[in-house]
Amino acid sequence: MTAVPVETGPKSSSERGALARARLLRGLLPAMSLVLVLLAIAWLNPRAISYFGFSLMLNLAIPIALATIAQMFVIAGNELDLSIGTFVGFVGCVTATWLKDAPLVGVLILLGSIGVYALLGALIHLRNLPSIVVTLGMSFVWQGLAILILPKPGGKAPDWLLSLMAFKPPFVPFPIIAALLIAAVVHFGLMRTSYGVILRGSGGNEAALSRAGWSLLKTKVVLFALTGLFGVLSGMALIGITTSADANIGNGYTLLAIAGVILGGGEFVGGRVSPIGAVIGALTLALAASPLLTFMHIPPDWQVAANGAILIIVLAARVLISRKER
Amino acid sequence: MPETGADIIRLDGAEKHFGAANIDITRLDGAEKHFGAVRALAGVDFHVGAGECVGLVGHNGAGKSTLMHMVAGTLVPDSGRIAVRGGIEDNYSVPRAQQLGIRCVFQELSLCPNLSVAENTRINHPALRGFGWRRKAADLIAAKLDEIFPGHSISASDIASDLSIGRRQMVEVARAFTVTQDSLELVILDEPTSSLDAHTAGQLLAFVRRFVAAGKSCILISHVLGEVLGNADRIVVMRDGKIVASDAAKAFDRDRLVTTMGGAAAREKIAAEIATQKPETGPLRVRARPARQEDGNELVAHAGEIIGLAGLAGHGQTDLLLAIFAAAARAKTGIEVTAPVALVAGDRQSDGIFPQWSIAQNVGISSLARLRNGLLISPQREAELASFWQSKIGIRTPDMNNNIFSLSGGNQQKVLFARALGSDARIVLMDDPMRGVDIGTKLEVYDLVREEAGRGRTFLWYTTETEELDNCHNVYVFKNGRIVANLGRDELTEEKIIQSSFGDAA
Repeated sequence: MTAVPVETGPKSSSERGALARARLLRGLLPAMSLVLVLLAIAWLNPRAISYFGFSLMLNLAIPIALATIAQMFVIAGNELDLSIGTFVGFVGCVTATWLKDAPLVGVLILLGSIGVYALLGALIHLRNLPSIVVTLGMSFVWQGLAILILPKPGGKAPDWLLSLMAFKPPFVPFPIIAALLIAAVVHFGLMRTSYGVILRGSGGNEAALSRAGWSLLKTKVVLFALTGLFGVLSGMALIGITTSADANIGNGYTLLAIAGVILGGGEFVGGRVSPIGAVIGALTLALAASPLLTFMHIPPDWQVAANGAILIIVLAARVLISRKER
Repeated sequence: MPETGADIIRLDGAEKHFGAANIDITRLDGAEKHFGAVRALAGVDFHVGAGECVGLVGHNGAGKSTLMHMVAGTLVPDSGRIAVRGGIEDNYSVPRAQQLGIRCVFQELSLCPNLSVAENTRINHPALRGFGWRRKAADLIAAKLDEIFPGHSISASDIASDLSIGRRQMVEVARAFTVTQDSLELVILDEPTSSLDAHTAGQLLAFVRRFVAAGKSCILISHVLGEVLGNADRIVVMRDGKIVASDAAKAFDRDRLVTTMGGAAAREKIAAEIATQKPETGPLRVRARPARQEDGNELVAHAGEIIGLAGLAGHGQTDLLLAIFAAAARAKTGIEVTAPVALVAGDRQSDGIFPQWSIAQNVGISSLARLRNGLLISPQREAELASFWQSKIGIRTPDMNNNIFSLSGGNQQKVLFARALGSDARIVLMDDPMRGVDIGTKLEVYDLVREEAGRGRTFLWYTTETEELDNCHNVYVFKNGRIVANLGRDELTEEKIIQSSFGDAA
């Protein structure tokens, strides 16, 4: 029986080649949807495709991308963060007040809030609580704190932050560079480093990980702390752009961030996430949000619905590809 | 405990045994474990020597897996103590076991489905880190796969969920034998061949012999008694959480093993029974032609027949079963199905079980129409159905309302059988459902299948274990997605099947 090929059933290399192709196709889906939105914009208003146009359209893309990355970390561990929006608002209020007036206190508060996120991760793991419930509760805490800090819109961003966000590099608009940078850094950290594998593995098969001797408490704490870190970055970037804060400024980000992760090829369970996809998803949502729809003369009331329609179309396409994969 | 007389000295706060010339790799004394009301282990003494392959057999629920979890450090005994290479371990844990060179391949697949083969290797090796770890991990696992399974066609960059269940098991086995910083002394293989076909299983067992010959140790758990008899140096038999026999493998034969395990084996009885109760040809139930079939061969099943689907793993048997299942709901060309169909899945973790549900709910899901009371499911009827099947098929649990995961693997599989047989389906498709199930459970299920067939049910049974085909009236052998042979009851031999599955390969 020596000359017999081993288990060369139909489920062999050719079929796995097809699986890999479908996977590639699914991986390209976020990029294709971004290109589609760009083409639509170019068709509606060719002048928008310019340095100035992109700077304007992608104005808010950086904070959205950062918030999406924040959400992606918890999703990688099979959890969900419903408080990221109000957390971004809270960070914004701290940035526009304490961080400008008393930088040291501001930095301490922001570091402390990342610590709170880490503790939430520990709590969720140790008490086996559903993260949706815990973070939903926390969203009211962050909102309340934000209102306490800034009862009415106001404050001012620190000057260094303003000048950073107003940075105008030659040829390529700043938001695009920032997006590339965020995607590259997070991709390297989560997808290429050896500990990133452990973090993603905790979403894929917890039991296998703990049998191999890894601490699930640690992975959860790290994932939540990273969410806090990127939430802080998102809030600061947002205030750098808007220059002043408002307690409700980040409220829309919760769902936007979840949508961005899913649009970017992530899945709610199973540790299947893609940092590059998430950033692309965030860009797509940021682009589709206002400029495209304003060009199309769609009233603002309907823009949210149009955003949802894009999401549904992309997800439907993904399901079709996945079905082929079977 | 035979070695309590040995000198015990204190060294670095830990007790050390000396005296015995061949120090055991691992030794458990009086290990006990309870899960709630269920006693899984009742004071077990167990040891493995260096250069020894210990075969561990027993029914599902006999306590084998619990015992192995203790050796591997994933479970802590309620009482009793564990010693590794003579040193008593007070704080024994998984990292400590790995440090000491003890690895385990668990029965449930423990790869992360979202990670690549190389990344899954990294998970078991904290030393694989820093610059270039991906390359190192890929080389490590690829070399080991080449060594154990020559010609395996698995790439280190394949994502685990893309691999067939057999290949995933190959990866998992190979991963357990990879070495980085910690030494490797003892590998526990819990049902390592359950998803492998005969050829790859042979490769693995040959490797285990080489491994043991090199002075390392191995614990082999298998329900295929031939594997244990042929490869173990010593065989330990467990029953009801206790060790009931431990002797050199040479001292056992198949019959003695089965008797010691307490299983009522009578392979000949089955064959005789099948031969006598050859049914008169009933009405046609299934006529199916595989999608890749080019000649006129097709699968035909009548009421009351047990039809076997044989051949190497992954050669289109499952695809045909799934096609038949789909055809029952929606007409499909080339497949004719004349009665309701139920499927018993092979990969029970991913395709069979509702993990959040109770045992009773898992049984009842295929019979909802009959369990209904008005718009709602009647809990009473659900409980009746569940308790009927509990006694009929012997599901061992104190309460059918417990979560399905409170059951051992074989009992979970029984629940899936109860689900299919409890439904009104006249055709039952079985996708290698007895994988990793102990022989006692198997024999019970075989009896049930034959009994149900006698009542006019039709079974299409894909199996990788040739012995199971003894239960069939007719066997179709598959190769590359096609039916290559149709063997009647009287012409059925292992040689014929192997010949057909490997035939015209050259």
